[in-house]
Amino acid sequence: MSINIIVCAKQVMDPETPSSAFSVDSDIKQVTPVQGIPPVVNGFCENAVEAALQIREAAGGGTVTVLSVGNEFVMDVMKKPLSMGADSMILIQDQLCENLDALGTVNVLSAAITRAGEFDLILCGQQASDWDNAHVPLGLSETLGIPCLTEAKNIEIGDDSVTVNSSRTDGYEVFEANLPALITVNNEIGEPRYPTLRGIMQASRKTPEILSLSDLGLSEDQMAPAMALSDLYIPVSEAQCEIIEGEDDADSGRLLALKLREAKII
Amino acid sequence: MSEILVLAEIENGTLHSTAGELLAAARKLAAELNLDVSAALFGEITEDITGEVVALGADNVYTASHPKLASNVADAHVAALEQICQQASPTAVLTAKTPLGRVVGPRLAYRMGVGVAQDCMNVTGEKISGKITVTRPVYGGNAMAAFTFTDKNPQFIVVRVKAFEALERDDSRVGRIVELDMDIADDQIKVKLIETVKEESEGVKLEDASVIVSGGRGLGGPEPFSQLEELAKMFNGAVGASRAVCDAGWLDHSYQVGLTGKTVSPDLYITVGISGASQHMAGCSSSKSIVAINKDSEANIFKEASFGVVGDWEKVLPSFTATVQELLSS
Ligand SMILES: Cc1cc2nc3c(=O)[nH]c(=O)nc-3n(C[C@H](O)[C@H](O)[C@H](O)COP(=O)(O)OP(=O)(O)OC[C@H]3O[C@@H](n4cnc5c(N)ncnc54)[C@H](O)[C@@H]3O)c2cc1C
Ligand SMILES: Nc1ncnc2c1ncn2[C@@H]1O[C@H](COP(=O)(O)O)[C@@H](O)[C@H]1O
Repeated sequence: MSINIIVCAKQVMDPETPSSAFSVDSDIKQVTPVQGIPPVVNGFCENAVEAALQIREAAGGGTVTVLSVGNEFVMDVMKKPLSMGADSMILIQDQLCENLDALGTVNVLSAAITRAGEFDLILCGQQASDWDNAHVPLGLSETLGIPCLTEAKNIEIGDDSVTVNSSRTDGYEVFEANLPALITVNNEIGEPRYPTLRGIMQASRKTPEILSLSDLGLSEDQMAPAMALSDLYIPVSEAQCEIIEGEDDADSGRLLALKLREAKII
Repeated sequence: MSEILVLAEIENGTLHSTAGELLAAARKLAAELNLDVSAALFGEITEDITGEVVALGADNVYTASHPKLASNVADAHVAALEQICQQASPTAVLTAKTPLGRVVGPRLAYRMGVGVAQDCMNVTGEKISGKITVTRPVYGGNAMAAFTFTDKNPQFIVVRVKAFEALERDDSRVGRIVELDMDIADDQIKVKLIETVKEESEGVKLEDASVIVSGGRGLGGPEPFSQLEELAKMFNGAVGASRAVCDAGWLDHSYQVGLTGKTVSPDLYITVGISGASQHMAGCSSSKSIVAINKDSEANIFKEASFGVVGDWEKVLPSFTATVQELLSS
């Protein structure tokens, strides 16, 4: 069996950026990139790449194509899925994508997917750690008119069908759908593999296909936002932490308990 | 008169707790914009449930008990909600950030070609312009963003669980109940629910606990969690964890608190060896009191906690636990 998978992956600011280094420019309503901290492939998208590779391996053949939309890709970052073992990569890179919102992203992704041809599966991350929208994949399944399975922690491919275990707070639900289908993947699917030296060598010989919006026949008005960002700010925490200090750590622990009693918390 | 429409979920034959929260948010918007509040109820509907929805704030209740709506398959709910939107032309549609609501709202928004905002903590209507603005955390909670919808209705808003408090039940309220005959075509249903598997952890449920003791990567492994368990038991509370702990396999993902885990708001949230990343705090910042034990005085958790000890948990926790036990038994 051979299976063709498209993985949608987004380049995002590193979510491990310390809160203290995080700042926004409220005039232009944008997050200011932190000098010296390069962007990363969104974590859940890496989980989706991992899931795709496992499915291709289990099927014994097929292709994994990574697709991304952005305005300024850092090639060393974006090549990671290729180093992990993906077969090819399509980057839609256009200045017009700078402030693209979720609706615009769905339009671009679906045009690119339609152009790429036949596929069996689309895998997406559950949410992107920049705007935390968690709905681009849902929109994509609507636009493409294919089954939508979400929050997968396990994916099983059958003849022409797919079975997914969807994470729930108190267990999971098992869903089934026909192929082609779209699935969003979360961290419970397992850690993404580290690129091997051989993988990195192979990836260095691959050139991502880079397209612009006009290559996809898209015009600027199809990128019109569905909502206006009216404010962006860093929330201020009102908490004032009282540090309890005893003679040593053990004493501090004892004093902490006494303090909580004094404050009538326990 | 146009309306604010709420998707009120039913779970195991009872109204889901988020229904009251959504109705409270909708009543706020309705007052600001001078609109009605309507609720959509799907599945096995009883008179008790419709009565409760009215008592919690609905002026109109649309009910549909099509067999395809009996299970939590999003496809059927999207189709049914779409039919109500076509008939009632609501100004805004509110769904809860539950496994069903966070999928149904956005999918229908895209189907209708209108905007959607996920995980909203507040909603405001501006009387003169009639515009709705939502506020939601972005960048893992590091920033807050306010979005205003364009003129296209309906505007889809997914509301964070527990962001609103349900209104006091008022049984004198009167509502209009509209039973709908839904027509849901077979080809609308593309996904089949095979099985629901429950993995309830024993003891008090994390979401219901009034005291939570949460552990992070700083604990170094799964074993120390028995000490957290011991402390939690004294309060009849529950144990939680950071994602780092769950990803490492020390505890199951059902223990995870945070942006992509559970949202909790206990009276007391005690963290041990947790750095307090914004994505973790997103799930617990509405706790009444947060207490931190962490050896790094620079850790972000000390910006969020009200009491803390800078120290090694291996030394701090035993004496803390022993003193708590004394205090609670005296
Ligand atoms: C999209 C996205 C979603 C996420 N969702 C979640 C989520 O839902 N929940 C969540 O928790 N995280 C989430 N995260 C991950 C989050 O960013 C952090 O990586 C995670 O919370 C860190 O867990 P931690 O605090 O246990 O570990 P660390 O950040 O490694 O912190 C460990 C802490 O332990 C302290 N420590 C070490 N040894 C000791 C000792 N002996 N005594 C006392 N203290 C000690 C250290 O000083 C340190 O502060 C998400 C991330 C992303 C990108
Ligand atoms: N610009 C993009 N390029 C490629 N995939 C994207 C893009 N934006 C969102 N996605 C996909 O949609 C998922 C959820 O993103 P979001 O809805 O933005 O939170 C991501 O994990 C990706 O799989």
